[in-house]
Amino acid sequence: MNSNVNLLVGLAIGLNLLALGSSRLPSVIGAVAVQGMAIGLMPLLLESDFNWIVALVAVGTMAVKGFVIPVLLRRAMRTANIEREVDPSIGFVPSLLLGAGGTIAAVALARALPLLPEHAGSLLVPGSFASVLTGFVLLIGRSKAIAQVCGYLILENGIYLFGLLLIRTTPLLVEAGILLDLTVGVFVIGIIVDRIQRAFDSLDTSKLTVLRE
Amino acid sequence: MNAFAIAFVEFVVRLAGWLVLAPLLPGIINKVKAWVGGRRGPPVLQLYYDLARLWQKGVVLSTLVSPGFVAGPAVAWVAVLGAALLLPLGPIGASLSFHGDVLLLIYLLALARFCMAWAAMETGSAFEGMGAAREVSYAVLAEAALITAVLALSVHSGSVTLVTMLTPAAGAGAVLLAAGLFTVLLAENCRVPFDDPSTHLELTMIHEVMILDHSGPPLAAILHGASMKLLLFAVLLVEAVLPLGGLSRLAAAGALAAGVLVVTVGVGLVESLMARLAFRRVPLLLTTAFLLCLFALLVAWKGGDA
Repeated sequence: MNSNVNLLVGLAIGLNLLALGSSRLPSVIGAVAVQGMAIGLMPLLLESDFNWIVALVAVGTMAVKGFVIPVLLRRAMRTANIEREVDPSIGFVPSLLLGAGGTIAAVALARALPLLPEHAGSLLVPGSFASVLTGFVLLIGRSKAIAQVCGYLILENGIYLFGLLLIRTTPLLVEAGILLDLTVGVFVIGIIVDRIQRAFDSLDTSKLTVLRE
Repeated sequence: MNAFAIAFVEFVVRLAGWLVLAPLLPGIINKVKAWVGGRRGPPVLQLYYDLARLWQKGVVLSTLVSPGFVAGPAVAWVAVLGAALLLPLGPIGASLSFHGDVLLLIYLLALARFCMAWAAMETGSAFEGMGAAREVSYAVLAEAALITAVLALSVHSGSVTLVTMLTPAAGAGAVLLAAGLFTVLLAENCRVPFDDPSTHLELTMIHEVMILDHSGPPLAAILHGASMKLLLFAVLLVEAVLPLGGLSRLAAAGALAAGVLVVTVGVGLVESLMARLAFRRVPLLLTTAFLLCLFALLVAWKGGDA
């Protein structure tokens, strides 16, 4: 069971690097969607006995992160007529190297942490740190709003992975609430993206530097 | 005395195997490309005919060149052959094996590349200097990936001798290592996403531009050396992934041949189905190969004490 979880975390780490290295927005969105589904599957693997609420949250997470959010993002891209190139302000090779360095640092850091013995062999902690770092790199190093949203989603995936350590004690209602917030957030950003595009004729957030009445 | 004679015969057979079988690989790649493209294509043995033809021709030397123009390809050919002889072939081992021979393998490949670039610069042609610059700048990244892959194998097996490094399988990181090494193979041998071996447009080619002014036997040595390098990388890739050391001799030979064939057909398919990358995108792909090998190293390191 633990090896299946590790395989999924490994997939998530690989998708982090794919999101950092790909130059097209649709492939970044696709990477985030697959990562969300992989992460949504994990509660089912971690819980040894079948539990209705866990199953419901897992299915809900997979549906929202794998289908609803990508569809919202793609629709926002289509309505705002965004070009599909990513326009990095940190280049692809430096961001890949940053991501890989972050992943290795996360593995090293997770060894140094005083974890419970049942979590020591698992990749959950390094995977969560690596995803958070990848999210930061995407947020800092991309100038288009949609790519930044993808960075935010990867960051959230990392936090969710860390939360899985506490799956026995956190009320799943909290997870469901976070998921709802996330969906609403992406929905709102989809609308804002359209507005930014109409007002400024570009989605480059580096141009949004002045506040006016 | 008898044991010495057997060892000598085995060495000669192995040498002949490397020399004779290597030009088959470009032929198979071209056949696959022709098959995917719906053509009949050149015969599989085309490179043998080319080598025989080139060997009978004379050499055209520019008035500018020093003896390095001929010595470069010769040294490169010998270096690649030496590197090939260091590589173990499954259970029969290598003909020459000592502690740390993997470093010699990497340095021999680097020496071969240096000599090729040197011979290209000898002509004084701007094009060939450009090609040499491109080749060497790609090699910086490809070599980093190769060294990381070797490091992953070395950490996994706890040894720096090729025979013991390549005997066990690469373990959990095998898929990562295979993908990384395959990309390195494509880059080192100037195959398609990096360079198009069939193009003769000076502005876009890399390896082909370095050998534009070579002719006759030195050109034959270069072409044969390139095919040996391809075979060397294919064998290295197969042995890094498959645990050949545990098999019987016959099974290992069959598995090795099948693996090399799969790699060769894979190269041909990549070549037919992909376009070559723009120059500025190449470092990204090579960095990806480096990262794949780096993660294989991480898996080997973490798996080692878990």
